[in-house]
Amino acid sequence: MSHHECTCHPGFYHDTLIPQVGVITSIRQETPDVKTFRIEPPQGGKFFEHMPGQCAMICVPGVSEAMFSITSSPTNKEYQEFSIKRCGELTECLHSLEVGDQVTVRGPYGNNFPVETDLKGKNLLFIAGGIALAPLRSVINYVLDNRNNYGHVDILYGSRSADDLVQLKEIQEVWMNTKDVDVFLTIDRPQEGWEGNVGFVPNYLRELAFDTDRIAVLCGPPIMIKFCLQALQEMGFKKEQIWTTLELRMKCGVGKCGRCNIGSKYVCKDGPVFRCDQIDELPAEY
Amino acid sequence: MKRIALENLPKLYAAIAEKQSLILPVKKAGQTNFGLWTEEADVDLATLKTVKSAKDAFFPQSETLYTCQRDGKTLSLQPEKLEEEPFVVFGIKGCDVRGIQILDKVFLSEPVDSFYCARRKHGIIVSLACAAPEESCFCKVFGIDCAEPEGDVVTWIAEGYLYWKAATEKGEALTAQVADLLEDADTAAVDAQKAAIAAIVEKLPYANLSLEGWNGKVLNEKFNSPLWEQLYKPCLACGTCTFVCPTCQCYDIKDYNTGNGVQRYRCWDSCMYSDFTMMAHGNNRTSQLQRFRQRFMHKLVYFPANNDGAYSCVGCGRCVEKCPSHLNIVKVIKAFEKEGK
Repeated sequence: MSHHECTCHPGFYHDTLIPQVGVITSIRQETPDVKTFRIEPPQGGKFFEHMPGQCAMICVPGVSEAMFSITSSPTNKEYQEFSIKRCGELTECLHSLEVGDQVTVRGPYGNNFPVETDLKGKNLLFIAGGIALAPLRSVINYVLDNRNNYGHVDILYGSRSADDLVQLKEIQEVWMNTKDVDVFLTIDRPQEGWEGNVGFVPNYLRELAFDTDRIAVLCGPPIMIKFCLQALQEMGFKKEQIWTTLELRMKCGVGKCGRCNIGSKYVCKDGPVFRCDQIDELPAEY
Repeated sequence: MKRIALENLPKLYAAIAEKQSLILPVKKAGQTNFGLWTEEADVDLATLKTVKSAKDAFFPQSETLYTCQRDGKTLSLQPEKLEEEPFVVFGIKGCDVRGIQILDKVFLSEPVDSFYCARRKHGIIVSLACAAPEESCFCKVFGIDCAEPEGDVVTWIAEGYLYWKAATEKGEALTAQVADLLEDADTAAVDAQKAAIAAIVEKLPYANLSLEGWNGKVLNEKFNSPLWEQLYKPCLACGTCTFVCPTCQCYDIKDYNTGNGVQRYRCWDSCMYSDFTMMAHGNNRTSQLQRFRQRFMHKLVYFPANNDGAYSCVGCGRCVEKCPSHLNIVKVIKAFEKEGK
């Protein structure tokens, strides 16, 4: 692809709105409506370096473009992955694509989970619901790949049914077998063959009664976040100990198109990761 | 100070257009907007307010970002060329010049928007003082002097002449290009006009509109006010206010299938529209109250919070004139002022 040097910023070759071509090199069917896509530049490798929690814009030209969290950890040196739920026009199209098909990718956008600051050296509690494991998987794998830099890790993950748990193979084969990592799975309703916990994530969270000597990282549908936040606070967690993400409509990814503006923040640029006390300062419009 | 007789303006336009494209207020089908000068163009410097602001010149209503071709499975992208040639925007009023400075804060902040940046670099602004500010004008509230606007060249129309003063290096260079057409002049006529404009501005109905209480720190106080519930009701969600506004910068990025590839283009969008924030899994602003509030909170609270107190309004008064429901930022500011008293 050709590059243009910005006439006013010598050395600035590439407007952030101009994407790179990406080739789908692997597709993994995670659940009936979630697929994990490995997307690489035509020459292979990664599009850019990113930090856990950061996102990228994926576009099928002629269909649409949208923001997706990069679900692979930066510690994966070979490629980048995106776990995508089929729920709209673009994702419907992405799910119809095959290995070898090309899309476009631009990024990385947004801030990241504070893996090198606030989370470092701490015990960590990850709480995820459904497809929201996608952004957390990046942090979890980052933490596990830098195991000595963090304390005990608890992972509480729930979904509608056993069939809707994303990344189950990795959870069972890697996370459950890593030292000082405890994984708790739950599904909403009883199901034949399921021997784990049954019940909503917030209720299971209360039952597990984690000690407050840790940082909680919370990702899920808004209703789950709301009730988990309540549960955590009842358990004695302060909002300053809880990190989560916001998700709003985005077009540019760099805080200019105005879509994800909420209060004085742009979720694409100042987020998607926020500490819960920071979210309290925003108008209730998310 | 230089000047040129008004009857010689066509020569000035031709001289400028010889070296670079010239964009200026042109009347077409009864409406005046900034457009490209041609010999046939009906140049209209008499109309104070163009329907749309001058922001098109730097942030076009629609522009292609890149074109995408598909050959089998292979995609190739061709980014659109950035502006490489100088151009002149003539006849911009003080409010619209400030509007561009507000857009600068958005598009020239990191990461720089290279499409906008290239136009800013190559654009030469020739501003024009407002000989007769109108009732809907309130630029003074934002510290804008419509009698002496900013710009690379500042001009005034007084006593049969266009007075011309270069204010920047770019302006000096343009002045040198057209030096043959300009004659030296004293400042008497311009000084008299500035005094006359100042006298008019003082008497405008919104001259003393107070922005007290509007700043980046009153976020939740203003957001939670019950006044929005009363104010938004007449809003039709037509988006006219955002399209005529010199500072509204929200945009969309869309596809146009040319039949021979897909053009990804950017176009103005409006926070007043119901699908502006709509996602596959929901919408965080489902009511017009929320959308209406967003626009004014952004201009008077969120933008100042991020930009050292600068408001994202220049008092051009276009929304005052164009809103079919007679809603506008003045009404919002006044309603809150009344509440405060």
